[in-house]
Amino acid sequence: MSFDLVANVVVAGVLTGLVYGLMALGLSVIFGVVRVVNFAHGEMMTIAMYAATVLFAELGLDPFLCIVPVAVAFFFFGYLLQRGLINPFITRPEHSQFMLLVAVAIVMVNAMLMVFGPSARNVQVDYQLESFEIGKILVDKARLYAALAAVATAGGLFVFFKTTLVGKAIRACADNHLGALVVGLDVKKLYALTFGLGAVCVAVAGCAMVLLVDVTPPLGPAYTLLAFVIVIVGGLGSMPGALLGGVLIGVSEAMAGLLVAPSAKGMFSFGLLILILLFRPQGLLGKKP
Amino acid sequence: MGGALAALPLFAGNYALSVVTLILYFAYTGQAWNVMMGFAGQLSLGHALYVGVGAYAAGGLFFHYGIGPWAGLWLAMLLCVALGLVIGFLAFRFSISGVYFALLTIAFAEFTRIGFDHLDSLGGPGGMFLKVAQRDTWDVLNFRGPPLMYYYAILVLCGGALGLCSWLLRSKAGYYWQAIRENEEAAQALGINTFRWKMLAVAISSAMTSVSGVFFAFYYNNLFPEQIFNISRSIEIILGPVIGGVGTLFGPILGAALLTVLSDSITEGLAAIGWEIPGIKQVFYGVVLLGVVMFLPNGIWPPLARMLRLK
Repeated sequence: MSFDLVANVVVAGVLTGLVYGLMALGLSVIFGVVRVVNFAHGEMMTIAMYAATVLFAELGLDPFLCIVPVAVAFFFFGYLLQRGLINPFITRPEHSQFMLLVAVAIVMVNAMLMVFGPSARNVQVDYQLESFEIGKILVDKARLYAALAAVATAGGLFVFFKTTLVGKAIRACADNHLGALVVGLDVKKLYALTFGLGAVCVAVAGCAMVLLVDVTPPLGPAYTLLAFVIVIVGGLGSMPGALLGGVLIGVSEAMAGLLVAPSAKGMFSFGLLILILLFRPQGLLGKKP
Repeated sequence: MGGALAALPLFAGNYALSVVTLILYFAYTGQAWNVMMGFAGQLSLGHALYVGVGAYAAGGLFFHYGIGPWAGLWLAMLLCVALGLVIGFLAFRFSISGVYFALLTIAFAEFTRIGFDHLDSLGGPGGMFLKVAQRDTWDVLNFRGPPLMYYYAILVLCGGALGLCSWLLRSKAGYYWQAIRENEEAAQALGINTFRWKMLAVAISSAMTSVSGVFFAFYYNNLFPEQIFNISRSIEIILGPVIGGVGTLFGPILGAALLTVLSDSITEGLAAIGWEIPGIKQVFYGVVLLGVVMFLPNGIWPPLARMLRLK
């Protein structure tokens, strides 16, 4: 196995991993603030991917241009989902929240199956076949752009949480729920906003991901599990942790495909998840609870 | 109720019998899950792991060596209890609880699923098929026979599980578990060795679930890692008790019955009006599930029992 081959695989893994990371970032932000694990996360991701294929097929919109309408729609969708369904559940036990989101996930994945059928869909644009040559490393254009979009969105979200007043209020809810209520923050509204922002991460990740893989309904549950693995590895609730986790999983998947059998790549991820849960349950970059 | 179920085959057709068998299968497995979550408060989202390992243990012995399930049952239980104890030990020693514990159980189930996908001696992804022979005579020793035999087997299992669970709930263990479920720190402060009692709950639950795996293997005769270990199977297992009422004795049974009947009537109803689009059935199912979870947070059994003045 040559060095070039490994380098190529690693670069591709890092770039795909950044898109995974953005998807997981949505989950992490939602859990960090609302303390609800979104078991319908991967299903939302496939909805975003289907939305991009439809906009591409009907209007000829480039997936990167799809990001804007899909993200706006997802923000409102996430906002309403939290307001209407999840807010009444925030004080209920975990298995009850789990059941609620599983029911949402079942409806979503099967609605996709009803509308789009079981066969795979994708988008085809010119730059998917082109690549940049850096030394002996070939970087797919589509993959690079997808990763850049992911990093830009994550960066934007980071700035939002650090600098704006609303961002600070959301962080206050995450740090101290009771305290936030006492100082008069509209916690339920901020929760809904957070879920909307988490959904925006998913929307961007979905539009970018559709350039890299074909979308089918069963991809939803698979992405939900993948997002769990990433956020646990990186640290549930940690924003840089989600991106780091995404990159780690992206690279380990790519390397597993190279070294063992491509079908065994999940075993690497879940093995890593088990090790992290046991030895560093707060994740690589998470704070001790 | 038990008598009616025992006499059911006298007047029910094959289809009704297969539906009731399925209900009893989910009732039994849900009861097993309920010991861990409903009694002791440990949320497992990976119970398909025990069904799968139990099924593959007994099925594999039969497939390779022709050893019947009466011996295979012990191997299945042994393996599943060992697995459960390993997961429990790791989780409880490293004080992993709540959502993290649930994700750990999912991770073990997924890890095992992919492992079995690469285990060619047990069929790998192509599946393992048990020989189907002599469907008319009752070969109890090898657990091969007509559907009626499986019906009675699962009925006995279900009755046994109900008896065991009602005894457990009234035993010392049951009270300790409920104390742990309600407030683990307080239980610990009272001097309860929470680690040991949680491990006991995991052991009993995994042993019971392994038996439903053995039943699954010999009833359906084909095993695919992709299906049996799938997370959707784990979800299926917990739907019954959650809908019926977590921690109650009759919740898992009621939930399994309602969900199976619901799923069947949706299929029939949609077929009757000619809407046979793939996925539409599950959408209806999901919507009903959503309604129950939203409006009956404790499941159907507790309010029903209150209405019938059973409590």
